[in-house]
Amino acid sequence: MKRINLDSYLPMVGVIGLILLWYIAVWCRVVDPILLPSPTDTFAALYKGMTGGRLGFDFWRTVERTTMATLIAAIIAIPLGIVLGSSERLYRSVEFVIDFFRSTPASAMFPLFLVLFGVGDATKISVAAFGAALVILFNVAYGVMNARKTRLLAARVMGASRLRVLTDVMLLESLPATFVGLRNGVSLALVIIVVAEMFIGSTDGLGHRVFEAQQLFRMADMYAAIFSAGALGYGLNLLFLLVERKFVHWSGK
Amino acid sequence: MRTGAGDLSVSAPSVAASTILPHVTIRGLTKRFGSAVIYNKFDLDIPRGKLISVFGPNGCGKSTLINMIAGLTPSDGGEVLFDGKPLHAIKFGYVFQNYREALFPWLRSIDNIEYPLKLMKLPKAERRARTERLIANLGVKIDLNRYPYELSGGQQQLVSIMRALVVEPEILFLDEPFSALDYEMTLFMREQLQRIFVETGTTTVLVSHDLEEAVYLADRILLLSRGPALIADYVSYDAVRPRTDATLSEIEFVKIKAHCLEVFQREVRKG
Repeated sequence: MKRINLDSYLPMVGVIGLILLWYIAVWCRVVDPILLPSPTDTFAALYKGMTGGRLGFDFWRTVERTTMATLIAAIIAIPLGIVLGSSERLYRSVEFVIDFFRSTPASAMFPLFLVLFGVGDATKISVAAFGAALVILFNVAYGVMNARKTRLLAARVMGASRLRVLTDVMLLESLPATFVGLRNGVSLALVIIVVAEMFIGSTDGLGHRVFEAQQLFRMADMYAAIFSAGALGYGLNLLFLLVERKFVHWSGK
Repeated sequence: MRTGAGDLSVSAPSVAASTILPHVTIRGLTKRFGSAVIYNKFDLDIPRGKLISVFGPNGCGKSTLINMIAGLTPSDGGEVLFDGKPLHAIKFGYVFQNYREALFPWLRSIDNIEYPLKLMKLPKAERRARTERLIANLGVKIDLNRYPYELSGGQQQLVSIMRALVVEPEILFLDEPFSALDYEMTLFMREQLQRIFVETGTTTVLVSHDLEEAVYLADRILLLSRGPALIADYVSYDAVRPRTDATLSEIEFVKIKAHCLEVFQREVRKG
């Protein structure tokens, strides 16, 4: 009983180790204290920023944009992925285009999207949605294509029509892969949004906060913003994992 | 006891078995995979209300045969009729070897069993009633509210068999249903299958790679030869049911098993 309790705290070892190392580095002045504030200062800045400071506002702006981008990507990519995946020949004919743009760094598309959508939220969200959509599309299509042949056959042999096979078997078979796509997609969307917030005429968002703190040489604020971005990425991933575990209970079984 | 044995055998009990109309007639069945001819103008009758085991060398097309009969694999020629009707006009059940991939893991076991009834558009209450009846008839004691992946392999295959039986099929196909199970579970499942057969009297075609199992469960053992597959022998085995462990050491069983083995060895050597 006691062992199990202790084991569940194992992930804390790395966290505590890192903070200790950080304290030691600060005390021994390994790095210039202006570049590396103490953990205490950083967490104070994080707390202050998140409770009523600018950081909290910027954090939610980034959440908003990332959610928007992922939502748009999912709405476009999931149905499209199902259609493409249900016909292997159809997918093969567009596979190269999808793989090509999936391999293109989405950041390279900023100038193009700036021309299309102007300097504003529309550009940031659409570039992120573009990147995320391709990742989701790819995973959904493969999920549908890799549906277990026996399961499709079993449905067919019981008299299921093509449409029933699609809705009753293929869709559910592709759910685990769809969630992989959503998790990768939301991570990518966050990366793109944060980068966009740094450079494209932004006045808010976590990217903007990190960049501004660095410009003003407020290192504690900068680290606080970085940590909150990390927490956001981790939290989004965790959220999708929990939703997946709830709705795709058979995944991996 | 055998409710589904059909009217013909009931109304004419004195007529010899050979004159009773067969349930399934297969004529001129042909199948090629590339240049390899698996079946060439293959003819076979499957008697009504009997359990037929299909046994033969590896790669002779045992599974291909029942897959063609059950419409899973298209044939390149010939016809298969069930009382003169084509496949789509009858109800049949099919049990896959790989129960893990054949069941739907997103549905509870009970909903897996009811799924074919849902496809038949039966109302919820009737679906439940029919499933309950089947469970009671078979004396199944599994917690069917669990998901398939929460059950043991044997239990999953039993769910699979129940899913095939719930539509009250005229014919039941099983493709090496127990070969993924351990020995203990295989023995248990043989008894379950025998019980189901005795209960329902459904015409059953069982592909098996285990000769003992093939003979033990069968009324007739279909022995196939290799490429193109021919009927090497179609042996009758009439021991009373339910058969038990004692059956395995009866002279008749041993003799028939030995004969089947001899035919099998001869075919293997030919190939």
